Order: sequence, then C-alpha cells, then structure tokens
Amino acid sequence: MTTAPTAPTAPAPSPAPDPAPAPWQGFAEGPWCDRIDVRDFIQRNYTPYEGDAAFLAGPTDRTTALWEGLGPLFAEERAKGVYDIACDVPSSITAHAPGYIDRARELIVGLQTDAPLKRAIMPYGGWRMVAGALRTYGYPVSAELEKVFTEYRRTHNDGVFDAYTPEILAARKAGIVTGLPDAYGRGRIIGDYRRVALYGVDRLIAAKRAEKEELDAPRAGGRTVEEVIRLREELAEQIRALGELKRMAAAYGHDLSGPARTGREAVQWLYFAYLAAVKEQNGAAMSLGRTSTFLDVYLQRDLAAGRLTEAGAQELVDDFVIKLRLVRFLRTPEYDELFSGDPTWVTESLAGIGEDGRPLVTRTSFRYLQTLYNLGPAPEPNMTVLWSPALPRGFKEFCARVSIDTSSVQYESDEQLRPRFGDDTAIACCVSAMPVGRQMQFFGARVNVAKALLYAVNGGRDELTGAQVGPDTGALTGDVLDYEEVAARFDAQLDWLAGVYVHALNVIHYMHDKYAYERLEMALHDRDVRRTMACGIAGLAVAADSLSAIRYARVTAHRDATGLATGYTVEGDYPAYGNNDDRADALAVRLVEDFMAKVREHPAYRGAEHTQSVLTITSNVVYGRKTGATPDGRPAGEPFPPGANPMNGRDTHGYVAAALSVAKLPYAEAEDGISLTSTVTPQGLGRTREERIANLAGVLDGYTAVGGFHMNVNVLDRATLLDAMEHPEKYPQLTIRVSGYAVNFTRLTREQQRDVVNRTFHHSL
Amino acid sequence: MGTAPFRSPPPSFPATAAAAATRRPAGGSVHSWDLSTGVDGPGTRFTAFLAGCPLRCLYCHNPDTWRMRSGRRMAADALVAEAAKYRAFIAAAGGGATLSGGEPLLQPVFAGELLHRFKHELGYHTALDTSGFLGARATEALLADTDLVLLDVKSWDRALYRRLTGRDLGPTLEFARRLADRGSTVWLRFVLVPGLTDDPANIEGVAAFAASLGNVERVDVLPFHTLGAAKWEALGRRFPLRSTRPPTAERTAAVRAVFAGHGLRTV
Repeated sequence: MTTAPTAPTAPAPSPAPDPAPAPWQGFAEGPWCDRIDVRDFIQRNYTPYEGDAAFLAGPTDRTTALWEGLGPLFAEERAKGVYDIACDVPSSITAHAPGYIDRARELIVGLQTDAPLKRAIMPYGGWRMVAGALRTYGYPVSAELEKVFTEYRRTHNDGVFDAYTPEILAARKAGIVTGLPDAYGRGRIIGDYRRVALYGVDRLIAAKRAEKEELDAPRAGGRTVEEVIRLREELAEQIRALGELKRMAAAYGHDLSGPARTGREAVQWLYFAYLAAVKEQNGAAMSLGRTSTFLDVYLQRDLAAGRLTEAGAQELVDDFVIKLRLVRFLRTPEYDELFSGDPTWVTESLAGIGEDGRPLVTRTSFRYLQTLYNLGPAPEPNMTVLWSPALPRGFKEFCARVSIDTSSVQYESDEQLRPRFGDDTAIACCVSAMPVGRQMQFFGARVNVAKALLYAVNGGRDELTGAQVGPDTGALTGDVLDYEEVAARFDAQLDWLAGVYVHALNVIHYMHDKYAYERLEMALHDRDVRRTMACGIAGLAVAADSLSAIRYARVTAHRDATGLATGYTVEGDYPAYGNNDDRADALAVRLVEDFMAKVREHPAYRGAEHTQSVLTITSNVVYGRKTGATPDGRPAGEPFPPGANPMNGRDTHGYVAAALSVAKLPYAEAEDGISLTSTVTPQGLGRTREERIANLAGVLDGYTAVGGFHMNVNVLDRATLLDAMEHPEKYPQLTIRVSGYAVNFTRLTREQQRDVVNRTFHHSL
Repeated sequence: MGTAPFRSPPPSFPATAAAAATRRPAGGSVHSWDLSTGVDGPGTRFTAFLAGCPLRCLYCHNPDTWRMRSGRRMAADALVAEAAKYRAFIAAAGGGATLSGGEPLLQPVFAGELLHRFKHELGYHTALDTSGFLGARATEALLADTDLVLLDVKSWDRALYRRLTGRDLGPTLEFARRLADRGSTVWLRFVLVPGLTDDPANIEGVAAFAASLGNVERVDVLPFHTLGAAKWEALGRRFPLRSTRPPTAERTAAVRAVFAGHGLRTV
C-alpha cells in the first residue's frame, strides 16, 4: 500500500516505497510511442472491467482526516463568501509558493495558491471583475496593480469593449444576448492533461518545437502571413508555459521532465498539469477531460505488481478528488447569481464504449464515483457518465445507485457522441463535447429567444424598457395575435439576432486569444485543432409554448400608452412542449433548426464551425427575471425552465413524456448539447431500492435509445428541500443537479431555491 | 366464459353483454394517461387512467376519476396511438402498459380492446390495476391479454370493506380465486390506513387469504398518505380522512412482516 509521508518537514516525496518500474515498462507499444497519441495508448493498454461495485474500498482514516480537516474552512467560506484571497499577486503558473492542506497527510499535492481555498486574482480577463470582487469581499485593491492593468497592460475586457458595436452593446444591455464571456475567462477548453503523465514535459516541449519549426516559412502550409505569425507566437507561449509547469512542480519536489512511473505519479503529474491551467485561467468552466480509464492503466499495473492495494488505489483517487473540490475562482456576486453559486465545472467524463465495442469502463471509473460515498456528495468534480445501453450491467447499476444516493451524476449519450467525435471525447462544462486535445470551442453563452419573440410582437422594442433594440419590423396592432404574422416577424428578429450574436462572439474570442490566451491548456492540444463557435439559446420552452398558444388558443395582447405589448391573456387550451405532443414539440424543433441555420450564415472567427446548445445552467432564473410577460401566459419575471426542459408544471404526463419531447430536438443541429434536468422522488422510481436502481438504469437506456442526449437526474423529495431552505446548516452537502451540473442547494439564492422546489416534482402516487 | 352474477348489482351500471356483442369500434371514457416508473407494475409504463369507479373509498387519492362522465371520450385507436409513442423507450427501458383508474373494468369492452392491442400490436407487457369488485366483467379473453393483475384487496373484513368502499367484499374475493384458478400473475395491494385497515385481525386475514391463492407474486403494502386531499377539496368534498396520519415506517414494516410470515414477498 502507498503510504503517506510521515515527516512533515521532508520535501514531498514522489516515489512509492517499492522500486518503481521504468516509465513504460509492461505497456503495449504502438503508434503512441512515436507520436503524441493518448487514445492509442489507452486502447492498447486498458483493462475493461465488467463486474460490479463489490471490490471498492471505503475511505482510509488518512482520507477521512484530511477531508474532515477542511470542514471548518468550508464553513467559514460559506459564511463569508470567500475564505481568503491572495490579493496582491496576479496569478500565473509559478506566481504562488507551494501550498498544502496537511502536508503530512497528502498523497497528491498542489494548490492554486499557497493555502487551501485562498483564491487567486487573474486580471488578464478583465481588471474590473477583479477589483469589484476584491471590494465586495473587503480586500484591498493594490494601487500598483490597478495602474498596471488600467494604464500599461490591456485586458481581454478592454479589447472587447473597444471593438463592440453600438448594436451589440444595446443587445447586451437589453439581455437578449446574455452571459457573454467578455469580462472573464471563456473556459470550456480541456487540456489533455494526461499527456504530461504519459510523456513527461520534455517530450511535449520537443513535440511543440517540431510543430513550430514546420511554420518557419512565412506562409507555411498555405496559411496567411498573419496566421503563421500568430501560431508561432502561440507555440512559443505554449512552450514557455510547459517550462513553467515543470518549475511549479519542482517547487513541490517533483520532476516532471519524464513520464510518470507509478500510479501515484500518474495521478500527480496529471493533476499538476490541470493545476497549472487553473492557476492561470479562471475560465467559466475548467473541465478535466476523460482521465479515469487512462489512470486505471497505471493503477492496474501497480496493483498487478503488488505495489498497491485497492485501498491504496482508492486513496489516491480520493485525494485527487479532494484537490479538485478545492478549485476556486474569484468572482463577483452578480456572476455567482448568474451561474448559481460558485461553479468551476471540473467535469470528468466516465465510461462510454470504445470504437471497437469494448466498454471504456475500468475499476477506476468505479473509483471516481466511489468518491461520492467516501467524501460525500458534491457538485465538483462534475461526474459525467457517457451512457450507452451497451455498458456493463454492473456499472450501470452502480451509476444508478450513486444517482439515487447522491444526485451528483449527469449522463450524456455515448451513442450520440461516439459516432460524431470518437471514443476519446470529453464533456466541457455541462454538455459540450470535444475530442480531448484535438478540438476546442469558443464559448458563446446564449441568446434569449423568448425575448426575441416579444420583439416580434413589439417591432424590435424591448418589452421592459421600450427601447428600440431589434430591427423595426413594425409592431403588431391587432388585439388577438395572429400566428402567421408573429411567426414571420419572429423570423426577421432571429435573423437580426443571429448576426449581432456571432459578431459579438467573434470580437470576444479574437480578444481572448490576444489578451488571455490559454497557453498551458493549448500546449496540451495538437497544434491544428478543430474549433467550434458554441452559440446557444435560452427560453426555448417559453418561445415554443408562446407560439403554440398563439396558434392553438386565443392570445390577446395588452398594450401600454406607448403601444408596447406588456401583457397577454390566453383563452383556451394549447398543447405545451414537454408532453410528447408533436403539435407543440415541432415548434421547438423548428426553432432549434432555424436558429442554427441563421447562425451558420455569419462567418465565425478563426474558421470556427458553428454549433449551438440548449442549455441555461440556472441562469434561467435571471433570464426569466429580465423577460416580460410572454404569450404562453407566463407572467413577467417568472423563471424560465432550465436548459431544454419544458416549462415548469406544464409537462403533465410525467418525466418520461417530457424526456421524449426533449429527445426530439435534433442533436445534429445543437451539437454543443441539449440539456434535460429530471427530478424524481425515490418513490417515483419504484418501491424497493433494487427496483429503483434497475428502473433508473432502464430509464437511461430508454432515453438513449430514443436519441436523447443529456439527462441530469435528481432523486429527492420536496420535504428535504423545504427543510434545507430553512435549515441550511443541516445540509452542508446537499447537492442537486440543475441543467448541466450539480450545485450545492444551500448556496443557491432563496429565489433559486424556490425555483427548484416549484419545478415539477414528478410524483407518482 | 359467462358472467358471474353480482351479489348486489348497482343499478346504475350499464349492461355490458350487449356492448360486447355489438363490436363497434371501441371507445371509452379516459381520465388521463401518464408515464410512470416502478409504481404501476414493473419498469416504466404507459398508464391509462379510465374514468369511473363503483367504489367510494374513504382514502381514495383519485376522487377525480370516480365519475365516468368526468372523463374524456376517447377512441381506443387514439389511446393506442398515444401508447405507441413509447415503444422504443419502453423496449429499451423495460416496462409496459397499465390500465388503471377509476376502475377499468367499469368499461370492460374498452379495457379488453386496449389490453389486447397493447399486448399484440405494441408488444407491451400488460397490467390491469383493479379493485376486483367488477372482476366478473373481465372476460377470459381480457385476462388472457393481461400479463399481470394489480389487485387491491383493501380488507378481509366484510363490514370494514363496506365501510371503506360502500360495496361488498365478495366479488373481489371471487375474482381473486378465479385469477388463482386460471394461474394469472397477481401483485396484491394493501393500503395501510391507521384506524381502518390496520387491525391485526384484518391484516392477518388478508395475508392468509393471499397466501392461500398461490399466484400472488408479491404484496405491496402501501402506507396511507394525504396527498390526494387537495383533489377532494377541488371537487367540493371534504376528505373523510383529513385527520388520519400516515402510518409510521415501523408500523408499515411490521405489517410487511406479517405478509412475509405467510411466505409472501412484500415490498
């Protein structure tokens, strides 16, 4: 068994007690030896596991002591908003001295700053966000840094606002284009952190140098002069970042020059690579990738050689996960409100099926999920299972069990992912798929299509301010809304919106590349990556139901003195999206298809391919608040449903019927992901625990079989949530899944908590 | 098979023999339909709630399904088409289709047609959720198309049954024996209502009867709950058991143990 170092003063040791093998000893060779190709390594070396969860180990005393030692820090953080801030040093890979939780007990080391939960400042995205957060939490704003970042050094935020057009600014202010990453890190880029463990940093630097040499000619590979210069500068920065990664690890007593030799080193190397990324970037989502089956190769080798026990292997995973749970970014309360708490989206993609048909499930896939028992439920890391009906039964049942017990797992269809992206694909954030190390995205937040529909009624005027934001398509004047009239104007408003939106995203990502380039993350990608421009829509259900109400019921508009429609009366019934009724669902499908087509008409920065998501995190509450009454009968300010969900309470035939409506949305037209949150009570899955487990696994098989993409599963009861609202101290770890990720319920605002409680509880009695 | 006579046929029931003979396209009164998991038989199921019920159970949580005329008239074709939307899902998830209510056997021709088509057209595992009071109306053909009967026996004591439901217990017991004779699979349901059905003698009686049948695959002991109270109020009625509390978990477990003691699988 791997043991913890006993002398607190000793430099943190890297090797296990027994002699370590040569780095690649015992591994099956292949093309991965000659080129950077982690997938090839995994395929040739991993051991699928088709059994059940019986082999798993509980937490060791060491793990429990380490984790419980953090309890008071979490409590203090909850009370104050932040635990501490390293307020006078802009963060970089090497800016902070080594930090420890409890040096004698830690197996895997490394913190973002020199102490746990102490947040770093990362001003390259924008100084205002940093200064605002420091003031909010009562920390001094360094005059020197303020001068540097306002006078000498421009930021991403500065660049964006220089280049925004008046039209973009108006759309942004009205909230029809919203949540844009124009003042903070864009995130949703997954470095292939496994490369550091498999190859060591020196080999990666050599490979990057070779990539750079290929670009010595001014127009190498038929690129433009500007492209070549930019790439050469970026590669130089990537190489520099890899050097800093080595220095950072050296400060912890580890030499990352060569490949990892043991399971413990593999976990440590991989974590250091990820840590370097989160020391430098406060991206909205800083996802981990698909690491469990990769690490399993190393753990399995040590287990087979008798260098490690199951308890020891689990302990390494537990310790790694503790580190991932400590990742923090300094943000403002407004940001936290938009994103519901303090998310980091350390998303880990588990399982799936290989292209050769073997399940990519290993014992370490189980061990990752086991951390939700050993350490208790938590929103981070964001455990994401790539589901297929072909997964081994033992794993499926364990997933279902963990979902029922912790509500901390999300599911995405491997049957949708694998044919499009291959079997080494990971999810960034909640639902954004990308082959690890080969593809990245330009995160584009979303537009509010429900508001766009109101613009159609009001001729481009905003329903809350009366300002002319969209094009003047002529306000409708009839009392009763006519479907054809509304639909035609809606189409025109969406045409305009798509153009403004892509323009804004191009500006943002040009500036982010220029001022806040993710050098370490991109150093762990191939040079010539596929890029996507990840657009998104919010308010899908509200817009679809509004169109359905106008078409199938009688909707009367109520106008104020200036002729602005601000309220609607609905007479009669209309089919609502979320009941597996094609009349309504087809309206939602068409809206997804139409907006995707409109977005594609506008060229994207850096040759990116357009995609879109139907995902809102819990910003659905904020978007709803900023949207007036809608023709579906929704009052002004009422929250939108999350993601692609039906409107709260309008899905009347149970969550499976709702899921089938969502499954109709074409993934091909929303390749950045379609999110469904299902909340069921335990009783709503069956009468016994065994039944519930089997039934939930069946539901996930069913949803995958009908083409569904993503499902969050919350299994809880209303009484628990109501009690948690009143007594948050009793539920410090109560986790629920909302849209694409899990949140800590007690850290939601009261309004968000109410929204969650009021959301349909599919309750079969 | 002929119809067994009721002990006390309620005069308001429509005659069914004639309806069965006409062979018109089947239609009936439907309260609603729903997709449920793990509560209306095994797996995820398309459950159709037919409108109308001859019983007036004090603890009913669906009083809005009592009257046939409060349902929506639907052709069997339409309901089968609705159920058909879930074939791919249910084939992968496991499950089937359930007729519930109300009392589905109040519309035996409609119910028979639906079960037949659910089973043979859609390939679903079929279940019938019934009190058994109108079991005599279930033809052999209907039962042949029913893979599982969810039989709610409510009570062993005749007087108590009448107090609970307003009707006789006899037809339910007769139906249970008929199902046993023909080898139908049955899940017995027993609602545990403190102060009403929780008398030890009653529980013992139900358990002994269930064990004697030989075809009861499991017994669901369902703790009484008050979540249907709002529906009573919406109908302008007072919920008769508004002051009855749900049984404790311990009491429910003890009752399950009584059934288990008779060799029955209980959940």
